[in-house]
Amino acid sequence: MEQVIANGLYLGAQYALIALGLTLIFALMNVLNFAHGQMYVLGGFVTYSIYGQLKLPFVVALICSGVSLAIVGALMEKFLFRPVIRRSKREESTMLLAAAIAFFLDALILLLFGEKQRGVPKIVSGVFISDSVILPYDRIVVGVIAILMIAAFMLYMQYSKPGRAMRALAQDRIAAQLMGVKVERYSMIGFALGAMLAGVVGGLLVSITGVNSGIGGPISIKAFLMVMIGGAGVVGGAIAGGFILGMMESVGLTVLREYGDVTYLVIFALLMAFLSIRPNGLMGKPWG
Amino acid sequence: MRKSSSVRIVSATLFLLALLVAVPLLISATGRSDLYYTLTSVALLSIISAGVWITFYIGRINIGQGAYALMGGYVSAILVTNYGVSFWLTLPLAGLFCAVASVLIGLPILRLRGVYFAMVSLVLTEVARLLALAMPITNGAKGIVSIPLPTGISLFGITFVPDFASLANPRFAFYIVAVLLMALCFLGLYRLAHSRIGQLCQSLQQNEELASSIGVNIAYLRVVAYALSSFLGGVGGAMFASISQSIYPSSFTVADSVNFMLNCFLGGLGYVLGPMLGTFVLYFGWDVLFQAGEFQLLIFSTVLIVLMLVLPNGLLSLALPGKRSG
Repeated sequence: MEQVIANGLYLGAQYALIALGLTLIFALMNVLNFAHGQMYVLGGFVTYSIYGQLKLPFVVALICSGVSLAIVGALMEKFLFRPVIRRSKREESTMLLAAAIAFFLDALILLLFGEKQRGVPKIVSGVFISDSVILPYDRIVVGVIAILMIAAFMLYMQYSKPGRAMRALAQDRIAAQLMGVKVERYSMIGFALGAMLAGVVGGLLVSITGVNSGIGGPISIKAFLMVMIGGAGVVGGAIAGGFILGMMESVGLTVLREYGDVTYLVIFALLMAFLSIRPNGLMGKPWG
Repeated sequence: MRKSSSVRIVSATLFLLALLVAVPLLISATGRSDLYYTLTSVALLSIISAGVWITFYIGRINIGQGAYALMGGYVSAILVTNYGVSFWLTLPLAGLFCAVASVLIGLPILRLRGVYFAMVSLVLTEVARLLALAMPITNGAKGIVSIPLPTGISLFGITFVPDFASLANPRFAFYIVAVLLMALCFLGLYRLAHSRIGQLCQSLQQNEELASSIGVNIAYLRVVAYALSSFLGGVGGAMFASISQSIYPSSFTVADSVNFMLNCFLGGLGYVLGPMLGTFVLYFGWDVLFQAGEFQLLIFSTVLIVLMLVLPNGLLSLALPGKRSG
């Protein structure tokens, strides 16, 4: 049982980091970023190229993943989302744009890196063994880095000036603008930050599970699940959703093993039931 | 007003005649009978997309249409192969099954709005795929294959529909059926959008609370609209299963659901014919780009992004400028 909980915590920390980026972008721009999973894959491949191919230290690779994705995110916001939001009659149009970007990144990743599963050498070797828990050290390291990043992100949002501005934006865009918040600038920073988080998680996970060009879509779906559990656009909700999904996956894979591959079916069914009782998730604001 | 409606009837009839007579003549003249399959697919996909359009009409973003298409395909396939029911009977049955299922699913989830509904419906597609993999009756990952072709219908000795297996070119027959179904579907859609219910649906799209406060039964209306949407999805899926004579859990996936949504967006959400045009452009664009080889998806998505930047309100906003959406 301790093993299951440890696995769940480790999974949850990564999931929470993915969901944080998605929920941040949603809160600031009201955009459901379909391309989030693809950004994650891109981040994974950047780390693969730098750490796996060029043999530079893992930390450098991780930073490169973050920075390159932040740039991609900022450019996407400035040149794609902003004009479409300004000119479209219905805000759902951004979903088409996001879906098209997801296809685009998929194609780009496939052309640049091929369809093979890519892995990198372990960052730390060895396995932690106690009476009840067995965890490879690299998983512990990755989990700790993820938790540190979540803490850093929350502190940044809570105490820094851009963080405060972004929270104001998320609460009420027009009011924030009237108070002198540079809305466009902070939208861009927020989008870049969300993309960066996706890239960093991709970089972290490539050291454990590897990466291939096809996993972007499924990762996006998982991120949507977490955001729905916690409530869209709420930072605390995304973290809670990430840990809940990680835990359910870990428990489900153990408990439901003899019934075959039904863990996700059960999770989906539970989610539907949960959402019919609480449509806005755990902490979401009422919609409308 | 009267004149414009008669113009519309004439142009719609001409369009239908062109599809039923001119296109087959052109195809037989050029000898490219493979186009039948492409055009049939476009017709069927536009029926499924029309379903998505209805949910857009009540202000919900539906990325779950693939679930109903898959469900419809399986219902029809199981009825035809296991119980020997005539395909023509299973077509409405598949639609009805999906409609009933969508009422049960829709009652809780239609309370969600905006991205929440979008995400749940996306998940629904995934649920359908996993269910199809897990249930014994759907035969798991192997799917249901070699479904017999539709049989004939004859009443009082007169053959209305010939047995497809006896035809020299069943593709042509499927094409005719698909075009007729599409015409029927869009006729119904046009009527719906311009009826009292259509107006009420639009009030849902604009403001549900306001609509409800002046006595519109929003809970009932949105379930009805969602059931209609799923009905179309089921019928389209059943036809697809019959044409390809097979259905697998991966026949309709999340990517298909997203594509149905894209079809509506691309054509223009404010126009009844939007889904038809969007499907046509997307499907043919994809086919034409096949020559680009590995760059197919890259060019395709780039074109989509550019189209979005230039025409964020859909292709039809170009042809019908200044016309109010709806």
